[in-house]
Amino acid sequence: MRILRAATVTATVTALAAVAAGCGGGTSPGGGSDDSPRTLTYWASNQGPNVEADKKILGPELKKFERRTGIKVELEVIPWPELLNRILTATTSGQGPDVLNIGNTWSASLQATGALLPWDKKNFDAIGGRGRFLAPALDATGAAGKDPAAVPLYSLAYALYYNKQMFKDAGISKPPATWDELVADGKRIAKDGTWGLGAEGGQLTNNIHQAFALGKQHGADFFDASGKPTFTSDGAVAAVKQYIDFMAKDKIIAPGNAEYGQNQSLRDFATGRTAMVLWQAAATTFAADGMKPDEWGVAPVPVPSGTPGTGRQTNSMLAGINIAVFKNTHNLHGAREFVKFMTSDGEQRLLNKTYGSIPPVTAAQQDPAFDRQDTKVLRDTLTHSATPLPQVVEESQFETSVGTAIKDLFADAAAGHPVTTASVKERLAKAEQQMAK
Amino acid sequence: MRVLAGLRRAGLPYLLLLPALLLELLVHLVPMVIGIVMSFKDLTRLHIGDWGTAPWKALGNYRVTVDFDAPVGATLLHSFFVTCAFSVLTVGLCWLLGTTAAIFLQENFRGRGLLRAVFLTPYALPVYAAVITWAFMFQRDNGLVNHVLHDQLHLTDGRPFWLLGDHSFLALLVVSVWKTWPFAFLVVMAGLQNIPKDLYEAAALDGAGLVRQIRRITLPALRPINQVLVLVLFLWSFNDFNTPYVLFGKAAPEAADLLSLHIYQSSFVTWNFGTGSAMSVLLLLFLLVVTAGYLLATSRGRKHADG
Repeated sequence: MRILRAATVTATVTALAAVAAGCGGGTSPGGGSDDSPRTLTYWASNQGPNVEADKKILGPELKKFERRTGIKVELEVIPWPELLNRILTATTSGQGPDVLNIGNTWSASLQATGALLPWDKKNFDAIGGRGRFLAPALDATGAAGKDPAAVPLYSLAYALYYNKQMFKDAGISKPPATWDELVADGKRIAKDGTWGLGAEGGQLTNNIHQAFALGKQHGADFFDASGKPTFTSDGAVAAVKQYIDFMAKDKIIAPGNAEYGQNQSLRDFATGRTAMVLWQAAATTFAADGMKPDEWGVAPVPVPSGTPGTGRQTNSMLAGINIAVFKNTHNLHGAREFVKFMTSDGEQRLLNKTYGSIPPVTAAQQDPAFDRQDTKVLRDTLTHSATPLPQVVEESQFETSVGTAIKDLFADAAAGHPVTTASVKERLAKAEQQMAK
Repeated sequence: MRVLAGLRRAGLPYLLLLPALLLELLVHLVPMVIGIVMSFKDLTRLHIGDWGTAPWKALGNYRVTVDFDAPVGATLLHSFFVTCAFSVLTVGLCWLLGTTAAIFLQENFRGRGLLRAVFLTPYALPVYAAVITWAFMFQRDNGLVNHVLHDQLHLTDGRPFWLLGDHSFLALLVVSVWKTWPFAFLVVMAGLQNIPKDLYEAAALDGAGLVRQIRRITLPALRPINQVLVLVLFLWSFNDFNTPYVLFGKAAPEAADLLSLHIYQSSFVTWNFGTGSAMSVLLLLFLLVVTAGYLLATSRGRKHADG
C-alpha cells in the first residue's frame, strides 16, 4: 500500500502546486502596503527610437533615484502595441508593477478597473501639489469629478510639419493656417509622385486623433454629456469625411497611405515624397531618416478661422504619457517618492528635452530647449488649443471601433470607391453599434 | 493474498499515470471551466480586477452573441462564414498540394532530397517571422507581390491593396496555405512509404495507368491517414489566430475577419470578456460537433468499405 500512498501524495502535491502557480490572481485590490520598501518595479512606455535607447536614457536617472533614496528600481520598457494588454493582464491577475506609464487617453478606461491608485489631495501634496501641473494635462488623468488615476509625465500635441524646399519650389511663401489653404497648397504640390499631405490610414489611434481635432472644429465630441457615443452626429460625420476627402476628393494624400501604420508617412516626408505631415514631436524621427532640422518648418495644425484657440478652434488632441501607481504595490511610500522624482523640475526638463516632448510641469517649461521651432509650437498648442480626448470609460473601445471605421474608409478611398456622407455615416453607425453592451 | 497482489499489479500502471492525468486535467480543464464560468458573467472593465465579483448574467452573453439581427451577432455570423470558407479552401488546397507533391516525389530522381527539403522550409520557419515577411511582400507600394504582378507581368490594372478591402481574404488564404501545406506533404509522404511496391507493379502489368493506380491503390491506402490529416488541418485553420493577427493587427478587414481574431477583438480590445467567453464556448461546441460528426461519418464509411 505504500506505493499507493506515495502516488496519492505526489499527485496531490503536484495538483496543489499547479493550482497555486496557475492562480496568481485573487489578490484583493484593497490597496498597497509597504512590505518591500527597498525595491520598485517600473514599466516605462517606449518613448525613444527603440526600447534599448529608453533603457539607456532612463538607466542613469534610476541610479540617481537609488542614490538619493536607497530604493532600487527594476525597469522594464514596454513597446506601445503591448502596453495596454500588459496593463490589462496585470489588472486581472493583481500581479503588476509598482509604478507604470499609461497613455493619457486611457486614463478613464483604466481608472474604471480600480487597479490604479487614486491621486487624492494627500497624494498630490506629497509630490508638490496639483498647482505644479499644466491644467489641460490634468484634464487627461481620469474622469471629471473623480480623483485622477495618474499624474502627467510627458505632454505632446500635434503640429503641421512642412518641407521648406518643396513649398519654395511650388511658390508657396508661408505654411497654411486654414484647411482651405492646406488643400490649395497640397494641390499645387501634388504631382509626379510627390504628394501634399501624409497620413497613417492603418494606424487606428492616429486616425482617432485627427478625427477628434477635426470633430471639435465641427462642434462634435463623439460622446455626449452622459458618456453615450454620438459617432453619427452631423459634426462627427463631417469631420471624418473631411479627413478622408484629403485622399478621396482633394487627392493630396497618396492612396498608398491607406495601409500605412508604422510611421511610413514620416519617411516619405523625410525623403521628399510628401510635403506636409500632421504629427506629434517628429524631430528625432526626421533626423534618424537623414533630414536636417533647417529643411523642415513647423506651424500649428490648421483651423477654419486660421487662429487656433479653444472650442471650435481646437487643433489638437492633448497627447502624452501619464505616470500611475498600481494599487497593489508593495511599496506605496517608495512609489510616491518615485513619482515625485520623475515629476520634479530637474527630471522633467531633462527627460522631456531628450524625448522631444513638453513638460506638463509648468516650471520646467522655461528651459530654452522648449523654444526650438517645433517644441515652441507644441508648447503653445498644449497651453492654448489642445483638448483631451473624451475621458470616458469606453475610450479604448472608441479608439478601436472608430479608428477601424476610418481605416476602412481610407481603404475605400484608395480603391477608388466613392466616399459619401452616407457611406461615412454608415461606417460610423456600425462603429457605434459595436459600443453597445 | 494472491488476489491482492494481482490487483496491485493491475492497478499500478493506472496509479503511475494518475499524476500526469491530474496535471493534464488542470492544464486543460481548469482554464476551460474558468472560460465557461466567465461566459455567464457580466465581465467588463469594471470587474476584471477581481472577476469573481462580476455579476451573473445567466444566458445574457449568449443571447447577445446569437442575436444575428443585432450588430454583435451579425458580425459574429459574418466572421463564422468567412472562417468556414477560409478553412474549407485552406484544407482543400493544402491536401491537394501536399498529396500531389508527395506522389511526384515518390519516384527516385536526382535532386529529390533537395526538393523535399525546400518544400518543408515553410513548416520549419517560425510562424511570426514568416507571416511578417508576407506582410511586407503584400505592401501595395513597395511589396514584392505587386512588383511581380503589376510591374513585371502586367497582370493587374494599377496596384491593388492586398491587406485592405476584399483582396485581404486572398492574401490570408495564400499565406495560410503556404505555411500549412508542407505538413500535408509530410504526412502523405510517410503514408506512401507503407504501400507495398508490388501492388503498383501488379497494377502496371495489368495495364493500369498512373491516374488509375492513384485512384485504385494510393488513395484507398491513404484513407486512414487522410482521415486524421483533414481533421487536423481543419481544426488548425478554423482556429488560426497568428496569421491574421500578424498580417492585419488587432482589427482585420471584414473580408478576412477570422473567428479567433474576432473573439480576441471582442474580449481584449473592447474589454468585454463575458461576450468573448460566450463566443469561445460556442466555437468550442461547434468544433466538438463537427469533429464528432466527421469521425462518425468517416469511420462508418471505412467499416462499410472494409466489410
